[in-house]
Amino acid sequence: MPWFRRSKENIATTPERKELPEGMWEKCDQCGEILHRTELEENLFTCGKCNAHFRIGSKEYIEILLDPRSFKEHDRKMRSTDPLKFVDSKRYRDRTSEAIKKTGLNDAVRWGTGSINKKPVVIAIMDFSFIGGSMGSVVGEKVGRAIDRAAEKRQPLIILSASGGARMMEGALSLMQLAKTSAKLSRLAERNVPFISILTDPTTGGVTASYAMLGDINIAEPNALIGFAGPRVIRQTIGRDLPQGFQRSEFLQEHGFIDVITHRKDLRETIDRLLSFMVPTKR
Amino acid sequence: MSKSVLDFEKPIFELEEKLDELRRYADNSDIADEVAKIEKRVHQLQQNIFSNLTRWQRVQLARHPDRPYTTDYINLMSEDFIELHGDRLFGDDKAIVGGFARLGSQSVMIIGHQKGRDTKSNLYRNFGMPNPEGYRKALRLMRLAEKFNVPVVTMLDTPGAYPGLEAEERGQAEAIARNLLEMSSLRVPIVVVIIGEGASGGALGIGIGDRILMLENAWYSVISPESCSSILWRSWNYKEQAAEALQLTAPDLKKQGVIDLIIPEPPGGAHRDYERIAQILKEVLLEELKKLMKIKPEKLVEKRRAKFAGMGEWAG
Ligand SMILES: [Zn+2]
Repeated sequence: MPWFRRSKENIATTPERKELPEGMWEKCDQCGEILHRTELEENLFTCGKCNAHFRIGSKEYIEILLDPRSFKEHDRKMRSTDPLKFVDSKRYRDRTSEAIKKTGLNDAVRWGTGSINKKPVVIAIMDFSFIGGSMGSVVGEKVGRAIDRAAEKRQPLIILSASGGARMMEGALSLMQLAKTSAKLSRLAERNVPFISILTDPTTGGVTASYAMLGDINIAEPNALIGFAGPRVIRQTIGRDLPQGFQRSEFLQEHGFIDVITHRKDLRETIDRLLSFMVPTKR
Repeated sequence: MSKSVLDFEKPIFELEEKLDELRRYADNSDIADEVAKIEKRVHQLQQNIFSNLTRWQRVQLARHPDRPYTTDYINLMSEDFIELHGDRLFGDDKAIVGGFARLGSQSVMIIGHQKGRDTKSNLYRNFGMPNPEGYRKALRLMRLAEKFNVPVVTMLDTPGAYPGLEAEERGQAEAIARNLLEMSSLRVPIVVVIIGEGASGGALGIGIGDRILMLENAWYSVISPESCSSILWRSWNYKEQAAEALQLTAPDLKKQGVIDLIIPEPPGGAHRDYERIAQILKEVLLEELKKLMKIKPEKLVEKRRAKFAGMGEWAG
């Protein structure tokens, strides 16, 4: 079955979408086009007119990327323990409870095994809707376990990022998740297992400064915000406006940090083709 | 010797000035008792203030304008430092210094963030905020050290990686990420010392190691208290609360399992006695390196990775 047809079928089985408000019509933020829900779903939540890619979550990406019903989730129940008992204007514990209630997720990443065109893969997919896709201990540990699994089973690793950076409310422990995931990736690299990193809108801060930038192949969706520092901070630092397209996928590709920019509709096929070249080898 | 005095240091300095005056103008044995009494009071006052420091006061000490920086330690600990420049790709970042040095008879590659002391030198050092080429220079020097089986010592002291336009163009995130990956497989010992400010990814970019040491009055976290305040409280005025909430001091991090060892500073802080703190650090470094040099490279790398794999807290 050709991919473009299957995608439609997969998407139709999705019971609910957390990231987009319910309703028959959606307005495209980028071009203002009014899009019918069905049309939007058929286009995998991209604008048919201007190609804008709407933010979606792990649930949608699982269906877009993996063979139907092939995804087996691991560590679904893992949750933050609030190690610092962090309180700002709100308690961190309340923030996580609210996020869990709102999104139906337990933290900002889900990982498991599945297949792409019958090739087994290990996959981790981030959810921006969960506290801005921020990386604390849970995200670091789950991504870490995905990496370990890929290394042990010698199966290709795919990590899809959507994150505002490290989670402040876990202090230095959040920062150490950059170290943890990168250390595990160094082991994976030694075993010659392929790692494809997919960067979606937005991927900034600590996630960019660790696994998201470390793919054997870095793939980005079009016009995704990708960077280390946020645009607001940079504008404040340099005291002038930022150029058009700064820190967008195309800008990063132009400067040598992204291999491929792929429309969401072609993402699965691109990965499939790449994996056909990158077969894990024993040494 | 200090030129700058923090608010909470003032009572100590005032008493010390009084003591100096007394010694200068009343040069006879009658006042020996009085001098001894005031000396004791200075000591007690210092102990009182420094045993009750808030987290924000520690942050202030870590940023003290007179605090010793990387090159101060290098100069005091080593007699034959040879600075090495450039990343071989783009340029030489002045916010990170590095080179071969000898601690006693032990050869090391020392790499550290470098701040400036005044406006001119701060502009030259970009306030200790590296660009990508700084991280890439650091990695080049680490690879060089590995080639000749020379252990690496890194010193962390940065308000953060530079959030500039060109830094993004040249891949600030990639440069840091690459270092985290490569340092995780470096086949020589790495000892990391947080000597001042350890701000987020900009600090961690040279912060992967086998032993993580931290000076008593340094701070290390995922974000500075000010930025944390501005994001979570939507105001710059909650830096004290943010510092408390972030638990970013050496004792905090020891408890969290992020660091291995707290290095005590001389009374009043590292800036009050450069020679003493450099001596203490040198001794600790030599001791740590001696132990690490005995471990086989494969084991070293495995243990280093396991160390970071164990960090964090979760349920389920
Ligand atoms: Zn549009």
